[in-house]
Amino acid sequence: MNILAFLIPVALLLGGAGLALFFWAMRDGQFEDLEGAANRILIDEEVEREGSDGVEKETGR
Amino acid sequence: MNAPANPGSPRPAQSLDSRFVVPGMRCAACIARIERGLLDLDGVEAARVNLSAKRVAIRHNPEVDSEFLLGALGRIGFEAQVVDLGSVSKDDGESRMLLRALAVAGFGMMNIMLLSVSVWSGAGGVTRELFHWVSALIALPVVAYAGRPFFASAVAAMRHRRTNMDVPISIGVLLATALSVHETVIGGEHAYFDSAVMLLFFLLAGRALDATMRDRTRAGIGALLSRMGKSARVLAEDGSTRTLAAEDLEKGMVMLVAAGEALAADGVVQDGRSAVDNSMLTGESAPQSVREGDTVHAGSINLGDPIHVRVVAASSDTAIAGIARMMDEAGQSRSRYVRVADRASRLYAPAVHTLALLAFAGWMIAGAGWHQSLVIAIAVLIITCPCALGLAVPAAQVVASGALVRRGLLVKDGSALERLAEVDTALFDKTGTLTLGEPVAAIDHLTPEQKAIGLALAQSSRHPLSRGIATAVEATGIRPASLKAVAEVPGLGVSGMLGEVPVSLTRGREDRAGLASILRIGSESVEITFTDPVREDATPTLDALRAMGVRSRIVSGDRDAAVEALAAQLGLVGEGEKRPESKLALLEALKADGHRLLMVGDGINDGPAMAAAHASIAPGTASDVSQQAADAVFLGSSLMPVAAAIAIARRTMRIVRQNFGFAIGYNVLAVPLAISGLVTPLIAAIAMSVSSLVVVGNSLRLAKTGSEP
Repeated sequence: MNILAFLIPVALLLGGAGLALFFWAMRDGQFEDLEGAANRILIDEEVEREGSDGVEKETGR
Repeated sequence: MNAPANPGSPRPAQSLDSRFVVPGMRCAACIARIERGLLDLDGVEAARVNLSAKRVAIRHNPEVDSEFLLGALGRIGFEAQVVDLGSVSKDDGESRMLLRALAVAGFGMMNIMLLSVSVWSGAGGVTRELFHWVSALIALPVVAYAGRPFFASAVAAMRHRRTNMDVPISIGVLLATALSVHETVIGGEHAYFDSAVMLLFFLLAGRALDATMRDRTRAGIGALLSRMGKSARVLAEDGSTRTLAAEDLEKGMVMLVAAGEALAADGVVQDGRSAVDNSMLTGESAPQSVREGDTVHAGSINLGDPIHVRVVAASSDTAIAGIARMMDEAGQSRSRYVRVADRASRLYAPAVHTLALLAFAGWMIAGAGWHQSLVIAIAVLIITCPCALGLAVPAAQVVASGALVRRGLLVKDGSALERLAEVDTALFDKTGTLTLGEPVAAIDHLTPEQKAIGLALAQSSRHPLSRGIATAVEATGIRPASLKAVAEVPGLGVSGMLGEVPVSLTRGREDRAGLASILRIGSESVEITFTDPVREDATPTLDALRAMGVRSRIVSGDRDAAVEALAAQLGLVGEGEKRPESKLALLEALKADGHRLLMVGDGINDGPAMAAAHASIAPGTASDVSQQAADAVFLGSSLMPVAAAIAIARRTMRIVRQNFGFAIGYNVLAVPLAISGLVTPLIAAIAMSVSSLVVVGNSLRLAKTGSEP
């Protein structure tokens, strides 16, 4: 039964980490443009490279 | 909308952020073209497209102004409008809030269930108590956070002495949580944290679906006013000019309107001749020529030479502001529409309360003690949980709107489907709605040489007729002739030199028969006429509507003769020369006869009628104002989505009614069990999930309608 004292916090921590990640992703705007994200993978390699420069500069990511 | 627009982040002081709405972007290629095209410009540091919101955010140097960027977007091939940053910042807070609450409830539900399952499967003594304490520790903050949307709405309803679906939910959740805490403290056998949190999770799922639906195509901008000129150059008596904001303009001032500029106020042309694009007011794409003494309206664009305009009506007195007011007033009637879910909850909530109260009183009288009576009352509140009821409407609507998107129709609001299902009369605007609204040139009588010269001339102008010629000639595969000294005289035409021969493309005679251009090559001249073609599937669409019992008619601002010709061709009743007010009046008259009206239109002049109609649909090429006023927007050149929208809306309402049937049937079965005290937390949890899944599964049947012809 002592294992519970270890497992329950671990389960909660993992769940909490997932939740925190979701919150972060939402605040970061990952869900702002789902349609655009779905379409961006279709953009050609060369175009994507030039386009992503802008993204880098803009988002600081 | 995206990260770049985060106003809080530090950045070099010299950069500016501008945002534009680009309604025309639809695909990956558009994203690439816009982003790459803008980055190629000097002074543009970054550009990021948001396809869902149809916006582009541009970071640029202060030397680059928005006019230049608009022009650049135009050259890339997209019509754009500036959005002011103020209106962007208030975004869809509601659906974000619901998503967060849903995530928290999901997290709580998973962890508490894990513990509860252990308790159900026999954990006892200290372990059970420990598990109950851990559950409480998770559940209390989760309920406090995820329950807020319901508590807030319940409190608001109670304050107005009404009840809604959120009242029994809130009472159920709070009572269950309180009782569970009590059980936990005294070391009792059962806690109901799992039921409380699961209830919240399923209900939030319904709410989040509902909010997603509403946010889907809402292009939250004050479109009407953003189309008006924001500022004007005013000529002072000494000949100097100063720039004034649109709201500071006064009657009697003289505006200097440059070519390509949008008018900021209504006025009379005092000096100069030009052509103005009135398409946003009338829906008529052909430019209208104006001279001294002619009236021009705010929002129209000066296509030709600079003109002097004496202001006769400014800011809130302009015709366009009047239309905005009419739209606002007309829209009020629609907001009184009571949604199916609200009507259901009005009946449902009191019934649930009464049942729970009766169960409590009954068991007290029967001598069960307050604890057991309360447990049973809570079980009644929870098992009658409107989970399935809460999902019945949004699940069906989200699936149906997905099916409609595949048919090329974006539905803005869930209640639009409910209203679309009820319409029995459709009113169509003519230009741009039944017709494509783009002039198509008849070029069959031209020789290949004439076509090549015409193409070369037409290509160098952005005039709608020129574009019509260019499109028609390009389709035949003819290459443009090489011309020299091509110049456009705004409002008159394009001219150039083919070797030593002067060539020109000029305005045709202004006769009633329609639009025309004249192509001159040396001394010979040939007339090119234009037609505005009817949408290909207009007849089958109208037939489909008729088959569904929806009668159609035409109301247009166009000339009577043109409307009658089209009406005769399509076999409809048609009325022309309707001003926005008279369209609205006709609509009200039909409404008074008990008709439920669908308005399909594209111009700003259709705006008030669209806001007043029971439901409204705009084509994707429509002005922003009509798109804003419309419940749904259809893309592409086919009119069939209009008929599909009504067919699918009606099917959706059938599914919604079935869902209500399931949900009510489930309650009829479950409530007696709960009242008789037979429901354990496990049974309640399973019953709740199954009823919700049945409703979702039933709604998914609507997805198939998307693939049928």
